[in-house]
Amino acid sequence: MTIEERIKNTVDNNRVVLFMKGTPQFPQCGFSSRAVQILEACGTEFEAVNVLSDMEVREGIKKYSNWPTIPQVYIDGEFVGGSDILLSMYQNGDLQNMLNQ
Amino acid sequence: MPTPDEVKCWIEAGLDGSSAEVVGDGRHFEAVVICSEFAGKIMLEQHRMVYSGLGDKMEFIHALSLRTYTPEQWANGA
Repeated sequence: MTIEERIKNTVDNNRVVLFMKGTPQFPQCGFSSRAVQILEACGTEFEAVNVLSDMEVREGIKKYSNWPTIPQVYIDGEFVGGSDILLSMYQNGDLQNMLNQ
Repeated sequence: MPTPDEVKCWIEAGLDGSSAEVVGDGRHFEAVVICSEFAGKIMLEQHRMVYSGLGDKMEFIHALSLRTYTPEQWANGA
């Protein structure tokens, strides 16, 4: 299975996926930590993928979404954005609407 | 490590007609980017435009927070 297929498999089989540095319990980067807090504030379950423990995913995810940074959030298989966009969607309620659909 | 001014130049060089204000500590940067090309685009696309303009220079930037506006949005005190 190529790295693209592995990533596609993950985002297609989990409603909400967060590719992050570290884990929800032990985030290794401020932006990843903020993304975790936002998703937890929405009360949504999410699949967390620690890109620090899998270099192939760490580089593959950037090509997959054409987005150069981590964290990256996927909802219903679609790339939603990084930490900035997630925060602004949370602040204007778009994120909650998307999750409650 | 790049300086805020260098990051400003990279952003403006990579995105025609854009103007950027950048602050940062050498690893984490925050940039406000104004460009008429952002008109009609969702935030995700606007940010992608900035990132693709930066290209491989992103490897020198640990973290870049972006706020993107069209000239009109900025004039209206977004």
